[in-house]
Amino acid sequence: MAKGRRFRGSIALALTVALAMAATACGDDDSEEGTGGSGDEGGDEPVKVGVLHSLSGTMSISEVAVHDAELLAIKEINEAGGVLGRQIEPVVEDGQSDWPTFAEKAEKLLTVDKVAAVFGGWTSASRKAMLPVFEGLDGLLFYPVQYEGLEASPNIFYTGATTNQQIIPALDYLKEQGLTKVYLVGSDYVFPRTANKEIKAYAEANGLEILGEDYLPLGETDTATLVSKVEAAAPDVVFNTLNGDTNVAFFKEFTAKGITPDEIQTISVSVAEEEVSGIGIDNIVGHLVAWNYYQTTDTPENVEFVEAFKAEYGEDRVVADPIEAGYNAVYIWAAAVEKAGSFEVDAVKEAAKGLELDTPEGPITVSDWNQHISKTARIGQINAEGLIDEVWASDGPIEPDPCLEDYPWAEGLAQGECDAAHAAAE
Amino acid sequence: MSDYLEQVFNGLSLGWILLLVALGLTFTFGQMRVINMAHGELIMAGAYTPYVLQTEIGLFAGAKGAAFVVALPLAFVVAGALGVLLERTLLSRMVNRPLDTLLVTFGVSLILQQAAKDRFGAPNADVVTPTWLRGNWDLLGFTMPHRRLFIMALGLVVIVGVWAFMAKLPQGRRMRAVMQNRDLASVSGLATRRVDAVTFFLGSGLAGVAGVAVSLIGSVGSQIGTDYVIDAFLVVIVGGLGTLRGAVIAAFALGMTNAFSEYFTTASLGKAIVFILVVAFLQFRPNGLVAFRTRGLAT
Repeated sequence: MAKGRRFRGSIALALTVALAMAATACGDDDSEEGTGGSGDEGGDEPVKVGVLHSLSGTMSISEVAVHDAELLAIKEINEAGGVLGRQIEPVVEDGQSDWPTFAEKAEKLLTVDKVAAVFGGWTSASRKAMLPVFEGLDGLLFYPVQYEGLEASPNIFYTGATTNQQIIPALDYLKEQGLTKVYLVGSDYVFPRTANKEIKAYAEANGLEILGEDYLPLGETDTATLVSKVEAAAPDVVFNTLNGDTNVAFFKEFTAKGITPDEIQTISVSVAEEEVSGIGIDNIVGHLVAWNYYQTTDTPENVEFVEAFKAEYGEDRVVADPIEAGYNAVYIWAAAVEKAGSFEVDAVKEAAKGLELDTPEGPITVSDWNQHISKTARIGQINAEGLIDEVWASDGPIEPDPCLEDYPWAEGLAQGECDAAHAAAE
Repeated sequence: MSDYLEQVFNGLSLGWILLLVALGLTFTFGQMRVINMAHGELIMAGAYTPYVLQTEIGLFAGAKGAAFVVALPLAFVVAGALGVLLERTLLSRMVNRPLDTLLVTFGVSLILQQAAKDRFGAPNADVVTPTWLRGNWDLLGFTMPHRRLFIMALGLVVIVGVWAFMAKLPQGRRMRAVMQNRDLASVSGLATRRVDAVTFFLGSGLAGVAGVAVSLIGSVGSQIGTDYVIDAFLVVIVGGLGTLRGAVIAAFALGMTNAFSEYFTTASLGKAIVFILVVAFLQFRPNGLVAFRTRGLAT
């Protein structure tokens, strides 16, 4: 009797599961046949683009705002009539500060949503995870964050600074200021490690002394030992490539120990206005940062941009370099598409070469061979309002040199990463 | 020399944090043998308490420091209540089924993490350090931040409180009785189910207090539970399941080992060294530092 009841129960269960699976399968089919992705379908159907950032996890402190700026740019372009007469429809995905998730979502955006381009990533680890996806599926990624260079993928547009537009000007500035004893502190993944390799090569050729090099795992919040080590080494300046929440813990600990920027200065390449509010202004005032754009940068486009961003998201929001670079990325893509008259990846790439645009950071030009953009280097100091004042700027925009070919001391670092881009440009 | 003293301080500081985080688990895992994977989320609930008080309760708008102080007992109650809810609704139905409790509490931890994300937003929140906790104390050639001294003081108060509870109060004695021999205690007339609820309340509440301490060090997010839960289990296993003394010794041993191995090598290597040492240690003493010996057949 009991066996009979159990048997019937399991049949009922199996039937329910089968029904559920059939139902979801039907649902999926409907959405996949839906309205257009890229391609020259034309007409009034919106064109989809992907927005892929860490909306949760340790990197969300930085990335949510970049996603906000990209959505703002999309909204503005739509209000002005869209691109090639079609409205842009953003498909937002969360990379969850997990690099395999970035690759997975990128693949989903390209194959399921069939987006024309993806705006996304922050950490170099996320970009490296997405690179094979975009190269394999011939998609287009617009990557808006400063990074360590030594890369020029045919499927990525880099609207953030490469090494010779951020790190090298920062090192030049330190040398000029006489801060020659440097301690390197970073998160343990590809960007800080590669950046530090470049810094050490520069130091050897230019007479800077590296007193120490330490890495903390991403997301680490116990920085006590690291700060003790730094204090014991007594450098002039700490070159900080920490990313994410660790910066919060690091600066809290640094200031709690009573170390002032006059005793040990720090210069960071991943801390901007957005991170300053998370860290707490009192913990970081007076420290230096190296970027290409600040909320205080004086251009007419920037005044408009800051106003629009605050109007959309709130008066107490701030803008920063990667936020602006994300905003620019959407405009660069839209301009390239208009010039090419098509959404096809190869046409857009060709049309983007040499493209000039007036952006909040000033006038920029897209390179004609490496898909980076020219950028002015600016060193800033964090002030008591949590904004950043420019203390030094380069004479005009610097041409991007991702593989550091113009620097003899950097020989051997690039390992042929830019050869493909050179060959394609010929 | 002062460098070493500073590292001793860092090790002690880390040890106190580990102890606070693991103390609650000592009760639930050690005494009830419940593998509570949601322990980290109880810490997270405690960590969000001062944030909620500071930002959402108008009463504390100008007094972030007062909000922080009030958050301490409040976090105890909030996390404790959450723990008891978990125990009454789910875990009491799964006594003596460790694999089931593992899976269920893992699922609960995911639910709680997502609930925190929905409620507080995905980006991490910042708890404002009270003004009287900023600054530091110069002693013996190195600086001690007030925040870390506060965590040590808090840990001391908590440990003394827990010890007093267990040793002096009748509820504490009942807890010890149930832990030592559940069947005998039940036969002697103790309401073991009610004692379980109290144990879980205490353990979860302690996790909440640990969360408040942790919010001083870094930022608070939905995933901080996962950062600390592994360390908590490590302390409890090394210390010997369920013993207060073992947890204390293990927390400081692990804290010091971590601080010194990080000082001499790197942060990642330091963590690896700690794990290797724990594995080696457990080969010799699988029951942990302070093993519980009974004459009964049930251990």
